[in-house]
Amino acid sequence: MMLPVYLGLLQKAEQALAASYRKVADGHGAEPDVYHLCQTLAKQCDQHEQALAPVIQRYGEQPDDEPERLHAVEMSETRTGPVGLIRDLQDLYVLASMVDVTWMMIKQAAAGLRDDQLTKVVGECEGQIKVQLNWLTTRMKQAAPQALIIAR
Amino acid sequence: MVDRIADIWGERTPFGRGEHWPVRVDQKLADGLVETDIDRWVQSACVLCSNGCACDIAVKDDRMVGIRGRAVDRVNHGRLGPKGLFGSIPGMTSRQRLTRPMIRVDGELVATDWDTAMSRIVERSRALLAEKGPLSHGFYTSGQLFLEEYYALAVIGKAGIGTPHMDGNTRLCTATAAAAMKESFGSDGQPGSYLDIDDCDAVFLYGHNMAETQTVLWSRILDRIAGPDRPFIVCVDPRMTEVAKVADVHLPVRPGTNQALMNGLMRELFVNGWVNESWVREHTIGVDELRAVVEPWTPEKVAETCGVVPDDVRRAARIFGESERVLSTVLQGFYQSAQATAASCQVNNMHLLRGMIGKPGAGILQMNGQPTAQNNRECGADGDLPAFPNWENPEHVRELATLWGVDADVIPHWAPPTHAMQIFRYVEQGSIEFLWVSATNPAVSMPQLERIRGILDQDSVFLVVQDLYLTETAEYADVVLPAAGWGEKTGTFTNVNRTVHLSDKAVDPPGEARSDLDIFLDYAARMGFTKNDGSPLLTWQGPEDAYHAWQECSRGRPCDYTSISYDRLRGGSGIAWPCNDENPDGLTRLYRDGVFPTEPGYCESFGHDLLTGATVGEQAFRALETHGKAVIKSAEYAPPHEEPSTEFPLRYTTGRTAYHFHTRTKTARSRQLNRAAPTAWVEMSQTDAAALGLVEGDIARVTSRRGEIIVPVRVGDMREGTVFAPFHYGYFDASTEVADAHASAANELTVTEWDPVSKQPLFKNAAVRIGKVADAVGPSDAPTTTASRPAFAGAIRLTIGGPDAEASGVVDRDAWTADRADALS
Ligand code: SF4
Repeated sequence: MMLPVYLGLLQKAEQALAASYRKVADGHGAEPDVYHLCQTLAKQCDQHEQALAPVIQRYGEQPDDEPERLHAVEMSETRTGPVGLIRDLQDLYVLASMVDVTWMMIKQAAAGLRDDQLTKVVGECEGQIKVQLNWLTTRMKQAAPQALIIAR
Repeated sequence: MVDRIADIWGERTPFGRGEHWPVRVDQKLADGLVETDIDRWVQSACVLCSNGCACDIAVKDDRMVGIRGRAVDRVNHGRLGPKGLFGSIPGMTSRQRLTRPMIRVDGELVATDWDTAMSRIVERSRALLAEKGPLSHGFYTSGQLFLEEYYALAVIGKAGIGTPHMDGNTRLCTATAAAAMKESFGSDGQPGSYLDIDDCDAVFLYGHNMAETQTVLWSRILDRIAGPDRPFIVCVDPRMTEVAKVADVHLPVRPGTNQALMNGLMRELFVNGWVNESWVREHTIGVDELRAVVEPWTPEKVAETCGVVPDDVRRAARIFGESERVLSTVLQGFYQSAQATAASCQVNNMHLLRGMIGKPGAGILQMNGQPTAQNNRECGADGDLPAFPNWENPEHVRELATLWGVDADVIPHWAPPTHAMQIFRYVEQGSIEFLWVSATNPAVSMPQLERIRGILDQDSVFLVVQDLYLTETAEYADVVLPAAGWGEKTGTFTNVNRTVHLSDKAVDPPGEARSDLDIFLDYAARMGFTKNDGSPLLTWQGPEDAYHAWQECSRGRPCDYTSISYDRLRGGSGIAWPCNDENPDGLTRLYRDGVFPTEPGYCESFGHDLLTGATVGEQAFRALETHGKAVIKSAEYAPPHEEPSTEFPLRYTTGRTAYHFHTRTKTARSRQLNRAAPTAWVEMSQTDAAALGLVEGDIARVTSRRGEIIVPVRVGDMREGTVFAPFHYGYFDASTEVADAHASAANELTVTEWDPVSKQPLFKNAAVRIGKVADAVGPSDAPTTTASRPAFAGAIRLTIGGPDAEASGVVDRDAWTADRADALS
């Protein structure tokens, strides 16, 4: 069964996303909304990771031995300036999408296994990831014209 | 004659539920004048708060010399408060008024003529538009212009230039009111009416110190309280305000915890069976999610989080749950605090859960702070599109484009409008290089002033400031334009309960000052903005032309003005919108039938996620199948971001006093008002003062992460652990010492952070420390008549006005008002 591998992937992806949110918060502290929301969303990711813990315990950890499988990688550093901001938000978006789509697959597996505990965890977390994606989109939409057309 | 500085609310005229609020005509004439001296009275309404008290201006020898309330008007039944009585005329007639345009030459502002000043503006504007495009332009306006002026500005910004960077200082005061109504009901538009005070069994005031912010409205409540069947009063406020003093339940919440309290109150409604389940089913969506979110919020948990007594939470909820008619009012204690939109939506939810909306006595007033804030929002000077369309609805944008005769592509609708804080950020980053500030004073009113001053001072921005006086902001301008103000120009404006008033021109403006409308039209003409057919974009000759154009724009929208003409507004009472063929006399209450403007093709907004501000979007909104149902939006409590720490152990909150408005540009010029509250102070509880070794009048340094102020201490009735400073005191009339040190403006300390949905800054959540600078030489000058009253009266001079502050107030219990007509119809 590959589910444990994917649970592990998801957990790592949530970790990477949380760490990246924190990095973007620190890197763009002069944008107070970005700063605070990234902190808040990082905490959400922490909670998702914790919510997954009992499920992972149940299924047991299984390392991912296929090097070519897609891994979520934490952002290494943030950029500066208006264009830097939208690029960093875009990086977050890519990571959050990865998390989102992984949850979707886990949800399918949970349904197939009739695993109520896992279904409940998915129910609690999946909606929040969608809101995260929506927020990132909303913020990028707002910032993109100024950044791409006129920013110094 | 009554000393209306000492007695802010005037003589009581008690009345019972369902009765008519008696008329009392308040009047103040300049020294030595009697009524027979007056040449003529000119109709207007007061512009010193959002209440919109109708008044007549006394004119003698072509000068404004006095004011009296209009008896017939539904808003005030003749009354005026201290600001209206003592501030209206001196605020305009001071010798310090700007009388000529000014331009910066070799670093100094020097007087010039209009042509030179406007040419400078147009030259810069054209060059930037050619080189960088519309995104280089930003406009930051007011809550104090007239409707016609906002509409002109909105058309210029959206159809002429095409910039999304336009906002008003309404962002600081009422943005959350608008946001909360859009989220819950699908559109801006106040459901309730002031008339609901006359009919209610209970009033809930959420973060609303009405006794000081809208003194005449509070008189109406005081008169109900003095009447035979007084309504219950529930007050949510960390200070012992006058409202709290008469309240049956006072919930002195810790600043920043409103959402927790609201979740707790709603939980009580659910667990005690006070929810009108069938109404909720028929008229709302989202109740199940709300039920789940509030579930953990027992009164005990609320008490722990908010610092209130659990039984008080129960009692407040019981009053709400068992009263037939509850009126709720909301203001800055919610709007400028953490989770502003979320908490304000919960006030709407309380009413939705009980099906208590649109009926006499059962209203919601999501208040405004400023006299014309409503018009700013309606006309789109806050960045929204005019007449409450939805920027995410291409059909709405096309209709506007047709109305204006321009391409839909010109109208910025690709993203949400840029809110004030973001506009200043773009200026800071150098991408907005042209900023036009009208009738507002960000150098004192915005958060974190040191930063704001730095932004206004940047060489990269060309700053136009248009105002009555050389404000703290004008000091940084490249061009200063002298504006005509209240009584010097004609126009309309709309108060909190949608009542439209006409303010006629009484006298000529001083010197060369011109109305804001004239200035905007002049700019448009000089810029040569045109429609697609090549004709000028704006051909209005004066305010009434602008008003007609606005009427057309509002046709068929929630704020329909089509049947409110200037002529109808002359002589009688103000009229509430919507006023059209369907509602020829205006509509007192919205949503009587429980149908809300949430139809996806009609609504003003598809809504937002309350935690992040993420837009819901059309598809997801359509999937909700709202179809005229109100949207119950829920939110988990999230603690404020800046909580007290060892370094900054006290919570810091800011607000108003009854005697001043905004940054005192007008009220400081009134003898009576300025004497009543001449200088800044910081207010704290006895316990906190004792712990810090501070006594009344000691000079203290209040420090946050962003700055410090040095002001005298008022030991008062605060909740422990929280301190308060009034936000009015800038530097234009301060001593050199205070001005140079920037030591009195409350916003030196406030934080640059805003609500994710309404983008309203959080003026009420910061952490500070306080230390003594010097011993008291006497008590502080804080008023003793209001929430700032001292804990120990003792040797403190009482706030009185003396003979100077005597005003007449003539009660007439039988007089006719528009409300009486309404009740009989
Ligand atoms: S309550 Fe407001 S509108 Fe009425 S007189 Fe006072 S300041 Fe003016």
